[in-house]
Formats: sequence, structure tokens, C-alpha cells
Amino acid sequence: MRPLIARRETGPVPLPRPRPDPAPSRLTYRAQRLWLTPFFRMILRVGLPVFAMLFAALWFATDEEKVNALRDQVAEVRREIEDRPEFRVNLLSIEGASPAVTEEVRGALALDLPVSSFDIDLEALRARVEALPAVASASVRIAGGGYLSVDVAERVPALIWQTRTGTVLIDAEGHFVAALADRVPEAPLPMVAGAGADLAVDEALRLLAAAAPLGDRVRGLVRVGQRRWDVVLRDGPRILLPAAAPRAALDEVLLLQDVQQILDRDLVRIDMRNPSRMTVQLTPDALETLSLQRSGQIPVGDERG
Amino acid sequence: MNLLYQSQRAMRAKREEAMRRGVVAVLDIGSFKIACLVLRFDEMDVTPGDGIGAMAGQAGFRVIGAATTRSRGVRFGEIDTVQETERAIRTAVQAAQKMAQTRVDHVIVALAGARPRSYGLDGEAVLQTGTVEDSDIARVLAACDVPDLGHGREVLHAQPVNFSLDHRTGLADPRGHVGSRLSVDMHLLTIEAGAIETLLHCVKRCDLELAGLASAPYVAGISSLVEDEQELGAACIDMGGGATSLSIFIKKHMIFADTVRMGGDHVTSDISQGLQIPMPHAERIKTRFGGVMATGMDDREIIELESETGDWHHDRRTVSRSELIGVMRPRVEEILEETRARLDAAGFEHLPSQRIVLTGGASLLPGLDGLASRILGNQVRLGRPLRVQGLPQSACGPAFSACVGLALFAAHPQDEWWDFETPADRYPARSLKRAVKWFRDNW
Repeated sequence: MRPLIARRETGPVPLPRPRPDPAPSRLTYRAQRLWLTPFFRMILRVGLPVFAMLFAALWFATDEEKVNALRDQVAEVRREIEDRPEFRVNLLSIEGASPAVTEEVRGALALDLPVSSFDIDLEALRARVEALPAVASASVRIAGGGYLSVDVAERVPALIWQTRTGTVLIDAEGHFVAALADRVPEAPLPMVAGAGADLAVDEALRLLAAAAPLGDRVRGLVRVGQRRWDVVLRDGPRILLPAAAPRAALDEVLLLQDVQQILDRDLVRIDMRNPSRMTVQLTPDALETLSLQRSGQIPVGDERG
Repeated sequence: MNLLYQSQRAMRAKREEAMRRGVVAVLDIGSFKIACLVLRFDEMDVTPGDGIGAMAGQAGFRVIGAATTRSRGVRFGEIDTVQETERAIRTAVQAAQKMAQTRVDHVIVALAGARPRSYGLDGEAVLQTGTVEDSDIARVLAACDVPDLGHGREVLHAQPVNFSLDHRTGLADPRGHVGSRLSVDMHLLTIEAGAIETLLHCVKRCDLELAGLASAPYVAGISSLVEDEQELGAACIDMGGGATSLSIFIKKHMIFADTVRMGGDHVTSDISQGLQIPMPHAERIKTRFGGVMATGMDDREIIELESETGDWHHDRRTVSRSELIGVMRPRVEEILEETRARLDAAGFEHLPSQRIVLTGGASLLPGLDGLASRILGNQVRLGRPLRVQGLPQSACGPAFSACVGLALFAAHPQDEWWDFETPADRYPARSLKRAVKWFRDNW
């Protein structure tokens, strides 16, 4: 049976081995204290690596040859990445322009495809396309799949402008579109003439719209003295409109045409420059007939039948 | 006296600097072991209060490093061999620093030996104004007539213990009271100047600065007496390896301290001589089988004594545990009786409460409380140090009560003589400081 009373172990007590003195030497002690100094630790852990890195960078930077080699290497890697097929632009697609303008845009872009998309300056390309007279606005973007997509909004010719140097097409804002010789408009356009006509295009278009009841008889408008319009008819008098409120004056003339067929009369010009007083100039024949009637040699009345 | 002021104030200034830095080490130089604690003070806004503050003064710091090493070159609680002690201090400080992961520059040291001598001083002064001011306290402290301390002795503690104003006595802090005559009782503790010089040398050799010096019985009492005991009166007996020191507390002030130059090492040497075994072996047998009260069971408990002399019969002796107790007990009784004699000499029996608290490494001896109550009176208990934050379990035993008390002392030192301003007439005549002081006191 095991003894029930717990007895203390009374075997031989091993003699403790005499330990050497664990005291640190003065040098060790000081070194440890130095290492435990927070400032010293910070210097060693932060200051020293930073200094080493700065020193290495400086040493590297002082050698021109090494710096150039590094720069070349970086450029080469960059070139390699840029030349990858993922970044290459192969095709140019121009939308929203007529074939002639498309060719013009293509010429203006002057791209040597294929080209890396890193080398394309989209802003400059857009400026170059918008510098074309036939282009109102353009947007240039790089689409997926190697496309350079150019969306062009063309200028629409609204008027034919006859000047001393030539006949050109201008749009509704007065901008030059093309020379008439280069581009034949699809539909017949009204004609304007005179210096400064392109500066008052919207007024001209309004007058032409007002003159629509005259139909084909309107030949065009002439800008006079850069301030007022003349309406020129194919067969009939020239209507001189005032600088201010020309539309009202034209409407008055058209009203007279409706009532008295004034434009079918023997007149050279109808002068509305003073809107409150209309003046007409008769043809020489009509003037002669009038003088004969006034002298009684010809009876007055509508005897023409 | 001015020299004393200067050196003690320099230590106070260093303590303040250590507080600002937040880290201070406390070092208990004992005869058996040297213990070092590294304290971190982070909550400095704990209200200091007067006397012992909140949480018995233990809040506000934390032990971040602790190390103990076997003591070398220390006998009877005083430094015997300087080089050995210096190496031991280095060992302890280095290990504590390593655990704390920080460097300490200031150290507060406790000394057990160096023949402490207590003096009770009293002084009396007439108040200049009707109310007690700081300057009045300084004057009454300066009015204490210091006895002849003897050649080569240095003041270690000089604590005002009691103030009385006219016929009222027992004032802890008389400032603001109205009266005409202020008198003070002061406790002065002196130790040998040579011990302090040696200690300073050791500390300096370890690249440390001394930020304070305390008597080991005093700090052991701070940590192992509970607040009631300190208030009502009790004696703390710190039984160390080379010396047994005792301190008497009343009204939370130490009023007496003394040292008996006998301790656990003498018990070990008795065993070594009586049983003819080497000292390390005797130490092991003492700690493993030692005791002071023999019972019938102990006759049957046989301890094998082993030594390596080469003599077969000598090397294979056995001894019963009661024989071991028979060797140890007379020495322990002698120590306790000597302590009793010192207490009687101090007039301990006249105190209202006669609690006695045994602490220190030698108080771990089994059955000591029974023996001590026969010799010292029946109000004896075994004391352990107060628990402080961060103290490792290995340093919680009664052997560390001086060390823990030193930590409390470092956190909240008691007001001493040199903490009050020197009165103007104590300055040398024709001194500029005296003129400045006179102006400041009068305007």
C-alpha cells in the first residue's frame, strides 16, 4: 500500500554548482545602457539607414555615365511598353463628314499609322481638324481595338456669297465653307453680294424668308455700304431697304405687290430707305408716257387691256 | 547643517529631474540579495495630498522592470567590498533595464545597516504673526537643538513628527492655525558617513546618479504596515540576511529605527558549523527543511547531509529535522530577544498599540510567528509588502518589502527638514541670499 501521509522527499540534496559571477563587465554594461537610450536607438534605426541611402544615391548621381545608363534603360523599358500591340492605333475612322471633307480631315491629321497611343496628342489633333474651314466641330478619341475615332460636324452652306474675288459658300453663321468652284451645293441656295454680307447673314436669311412669296423672282440680296440691304429681283424693280427695320419695309412692299402688283409695274427701283415715304423710280419709257399723259396727248386710264 | 541641506536638496532636485523624465530605479542593497525595480511615473497628476495620498500612495507609478541578484560584498547591511558590490549592482540594474527596455539614470537606494541611531528632537518658536506660516515652520524646525551626533555621522532622515500649538498637540499640519507658540517634535536618524560615501562611490561607478537615500526599516514599514497600524502605532521588524532592522511607527510617522546586526546568514553559518557542511548546502537545507518549532513528526524526518570531503563516513551522515531545528532555534531566539531589547530601550511598551509585524526574507521561516509571539508579545503577525502595479509575482514576497516600500517612498517622499525653506538667520551673515530672503519675507 502507498503511504497515506505525504512525506517530504529527504533524499540527498544536490549541492548547488558554484556559478560564475553573472556581473556584466563595465564595457558591456555601458554598451547596453547606450543601446537602451531612446535617442541613440532612433539614430541607429532611422538615421543610419536614411544616411546610407542618401549617401548611395549621391554616390550614384555623381557618376554621369551611370546616370545616363539608368536613364536609357528607363526609356527603353518605357518604349517597350508603349510599343505593345495593346496600345497600338491601327485604323482611323472618320464619321459625320462627306467624302470630300473626310479626305480633307485625313490629310489634315497626317497620321503615319500604325502609331502608339502614347504618341498621339488628342488635343492637337482636334485643333488641327477644327482648323479646317468645312468643319464646325470635331471630337477625337481612341476607341478600343486600335481605332482612332474622329467625329466631325460639318458646316452646312446656307448662302452663296458673290464677292469681287470670287463666289463662295458660307454657312448660317457667315463662316467660309468652300469656294463654289470646289463644291457644288446639293440644293439651290440664295445669293448675297456686297462687302460685309457675311457679317449679317442671319438678317439676310430672315429677309429671304420674308421674301418667300416672291418665289423665283428673288435673285438675291446686295449689301450696300455694310449697313443695309437691296433686294434684287430677276424681273422687276430693285427694292432698297432701310438699315433699321428692313423686314417691315419689305413687308410693306410685298403688301403693295399683293394689292397693286407694284413689282409688275414699269419701275427701276422702289426706295424704302425712308420707311415713312416710299419713293419709286420709273423707267425712261414710263417717265415719257407719264409726261405725255400729263400734257394730255395720251388719255389717262387703264387702256392696256 | 548647511552642508546637509545642500546635499539632501541636491538629491531632491535629482529626484524631481527623474520624475520629469518619468523613469527611476529603486535599489535595495541587502546582505543576501540586491533587488532593483524600475518604475515608470506616467500619471503625475495624482493628488499628492498630505502624508499618504490616494490609493495609499501607490497609484501613479508602475513597475516596468524587476531584477534580483545574489548579493556580493555586503555584510550586516553595509557595503564591505566595494568592487564586488559594484558588480552586483551592475548585474541587478542591467537585468532590470533589460526587462524595462529603457535606460535609467537615477536611482534611489535603501540601506539596512550602517548603525542607525534615532534622536527625538524638539524645538519651540514664538509666532511672528498670529497665524502659522511656512516660514514659521522653517523657523521652528531650525530652532531644534541638535545633539552632538558624533564624529563621522550623517543625517539620513529628519522628519517633523508632531506639531503643537500653545496647548494643542498632535497637529499634523499646523499651517493656518492661530496661536502664539509653535513647537515641533522631530525624528532624526543618523548613520555612519562612511557607508554613504562608499555607497555614493559604488553608484557613481555604475554611471548612475543618487536621487534619494532611505533607511531600510523605514521603507519596509511603509510597505508592510497597513494604514491603521501606521496610525495607531506598530513596529516593523525587517529580518534580512545580515541584519535585522526595526522601525516604530505612530501617527503615520517613523519615530524610531534601529538595527540588530544579526540575520538569516547567522542561522546559516550556525547550521554550517553545527552540522559540518558547506555554507551553500547549509543555506539549501535551511530554506528547504528549516523551522523553529519541533514536533514529534520531525524526529522521523531524516535529512541526508552530503559533502565531498572524501571521508566516506563523513560524507554519508544523516540528521533528523528536529536536530536541525535544534541548531536553528537558539539563534532565531537570540535575534528576537535582541530585537525585544531594542524595542524596550525605545519604550515601545508605552505605545497605545503594540502590533509587531515581521517581514523580510528571514520571516519566511516556518513557525517563526509562534516563536516571535512568545518573545515579542502576542500581537505579532507576518507582513507582506503592499501590492503595487506591475510587480512580478516573484517579487511579491516579504523579502521584497523594503524594495516595494522604497518604490512608495520614491513616489511620495515624506516632508523632511530640508524640504522647508531655510530661515533667514541661518544663512551666513553678509550673504546676498540672506538679503534676498529678508526682502522676500518682509514684502
